[in-house]
Amino acid sequence: MRHLLSTKDLSYDAALTVLDTADQMAAVGERSVKKLPALRGRTVVNLFFEDSTRTRISFETAAKRLSADVINFSAKGSSVSKGESLKDTAQTLAAMSADAVVIRHSASGSPQQLAESGWIDAPVVNAGDGTHEHPTQALLDAMTLRQHRARTEGRESTRGLDLEGMHVVIVGDVLHSRVARSDLWLFTTLGARVTFVAPPTLLPVGIADWPCRVVFSLDEALDPAPDAVMMLRVQRERMHAAFFPTAQEYAREWGLTPERVAALDDAGATTAIMHPGPMNRGLEISSAAADSPRSTVLDQVRNGVSVRMSVLYLLLSGDDLDPTSTPHPQER
Amino acid sequence: MTSYLIQGAQLLGEQTADILVEDGVIRRIGPDLAAAADGARVVDAAGLVALPGLVDIHTHLREPGREDAETVETGTRAAALGGYTAVFAMANSDPVADTAGVVEQVHELGRSAGWVDVRPVGAVTVGLKGERLSEIMAMAESRAGVRMFSDDGMCVHDPVLMRRALEYVKGFDGVVAQHAQEPRLTEGAQMNEGSVSAELGLTGWPAVAEEAVIARDVLLAEHVGSRVHICHLSTRGSVDIVRWAKQRGIDVTAEATPHHLLLTDERVRSFDPVFKVNPPLRTDEDVHALREAVADGTIDVIGTDHAPHPAEDKECEWSCAANGMTGLETALSVVQLSLVDTGLLTWRDVARITSETPARIGRLATQGRPLAEGEPANITLWDPAATTVVDPARHASKGRNSPYRGMELPGAVRATFFRGHPTVLDGALNTPVPTPAA
Ligand SMILES: [Zn+2]
Repeated sequence: MRHLLSTKDLSYDAALTVLDTADQMAAVGERSVKKLPALRGRTVVNLFFEDSTRTRISFETAAKRLSADVINFSAKGSSVSKGESLKDTAQTLAAMSADAVVIRHSASGSPQQLAESGWIDAPVVNAGDGTHEHPTQALLDAMTLRQHRARTEGRESTRGLDLEGMHVVIVGDVLHSRVARSDLWLFTTLGARVTFVAPPTLLPVGIADWPCRVVFSLDEALDPAPDAVMMLRVQRERMHAAFFPTAQEYAREWGLTPERVAALDDAGATTAIMHPGPMNRGLEISSAAADSPRSTVLDQVRNGVSVRMSVLYLLLSGDDLDPTSTPHPQER
Repeated sequence: MTSYLIQGAQLLGEQTADILVEDGVIRRIGPDLAAAADGARVVDAAGLVALPGLVDIHTHLREPGREDAETVETGTRAAALGGYTAVFAMANSDPVADTAGVVEQVHELGRSAGWVDVRPVGAVTVGLKGERLSEIMAMAESRAGVRMFSDDGMCVHDPVLMRRALEYVKGFDGVVAQHAQEPRLTEGAQMNEGSVSAELGLTGWPAVAEEAVIARDVLLAEHVGSRVHICHLSTRGSVDIVRWAKQRGIDVTAEATPHHLLLTDERVRSFDPVFKVNPPLRTDEDVHALREAVADGTIDVIGTDHAPHPAEDKECEWSCAANGMTGLETALSVVQLSLVDTGLLTWRDVARITSETPARIGRLATQGRPLAEGEPANITLWDPAATTVVDPARHASKGRNSPYRGMELPGAVRATFFRGHPTVLDGALNTPVPTPAA
């Protein structure tokens, strides 16, 4: 693995290596001195063409725990209106000898362009591009899912554990969600089944080719109860473009309401409630759901740092992630 | 004027003959004219296909206004190298070609460049804004003698305005060429809407946005008894609609670009903006429907939609990159690859779709003529056995945005005769025709 651009092309073995390494990194976070010397003297650039304080802080924390120097490069505003800034910025970073570039961009494909352009030679990590992919989010979600699996199955360790046989329901604005895409490719590579739930307006034309089940009713998707339900963030503005009539109707039909949480409780289900954040309480997720013991939202945040440490470590320490690369299911 | 003896050419890929070119016309055609051609310069055309000079019904020459992207001079050099002897220059320049002054300027630039006939296309609406008609008659009656009108780049989406334009140009046998794109359905559109756009997270440009406008416009043309031309038709559904309209007797002509006959939206997976074009690259199914439609006559002509852009407009994020590809210098190769080498078309058919019919649609009487004695000597000599690895850096166009970069394409232009003068000779640019008196 030279870059981390998507989960679509991440092999089973590479994904497990990232997750197992992330587990080791998590142990560092539990020590009083939360630092490893692994990347001392290396420079990681956080190149953010789109605001995301959470993701930036997560990458920054990860890099610093590995003793790397971090430069935050915020280029918001200069992005899509004047595109040559991507090239100029990349060449500037190359001239500054950046060892790795973490890029967040509102334009789908920008990380791949950066990696393949020849403008810069450093490894590129996609921290979310448009409505395309968000691979580290998917990895932290997978890490959270396998912790949940180990917990419910009474396993001591998650090492080498995949998601075989798990059923994950992902609810909401799949059309505009890079998280939904990255989650789908990674979860299915790791053996899970995925169900998408959304109003038909928020599902992309062409979804029939994806390796997932699609249903329009959340209640139908939650019966029988899945291993996890992931609520995607829904922007209120979508209703102005007629994707759905009102926030109230959305919350009623596709929100994780207190009643739906109670139904999971009544069924004795072990379903975890996940959300990539930031949450719109009262829209896609009720406070009853967000604050319930089922919620893994804070685990996800914690795992985000571990997964990003793992990715930076593996990319910069030069370890080959796929010595015995297993092809992606779609390519078999 | 020097006379030329073209020896041993295959006329439209059929019988072999010599062609004697004198004083801008085809003086004689026949076997072994060497004795009759004393003093003529001999052009060895053994193994070459002779076609009537190609006519591009859809070219963006960018001048005036975007001379950094292309000029009439560079664009028409590219055209000559591609085997063209005439191009229709689209109106989306800056200022827009919506007045007699601008179309006369473009026409004059083309005339003095001397590489091909430059036929300006007039804008249907002022500033391509789709709000009110431009002074169409003034452009028709100008020295440029405009017969084709188009807001290409923009769709004439207001149905009333489209109706009026279709009616208005009837007065002088003009034609409206529609860039069919329903604007609301394509807001922010980045690529064909389908399984690839779903995966890449790029906003989709649905086929229905093209098809709905074509359906409306063929019905409008029928209603007011006008002819209408559809630019760069790109979907299977559009083919079905045009086929239905023709069966119904509606006076519609349709155009396909070389790139829509060869490339698909799978190319977008590279996120290389060289593949960003409007209408977007579609699916394999669409490509095959288009090829069949050319073969059965539903699609009448090939138009390049040659759209040069400077590097900075393409070296950026996909979503902010400009739409368009260069095409003049590769068009006939792509036609050979997708239509001739596949057995769908003969060279006689190629002459029809790349020369005769485009000239007829644009009412350009001196072009697209048969290869016959007494006809204007607009002739392209094509070597179908050659192969070329496309290197945009070697193109005469200022645009380097060729989607075929690095591809090996069949065929090569060996010579282009424009009004009896070789603008291209031995596969290289020669000289323009001496400027005739105005
Ligand atoms: Zn157009």
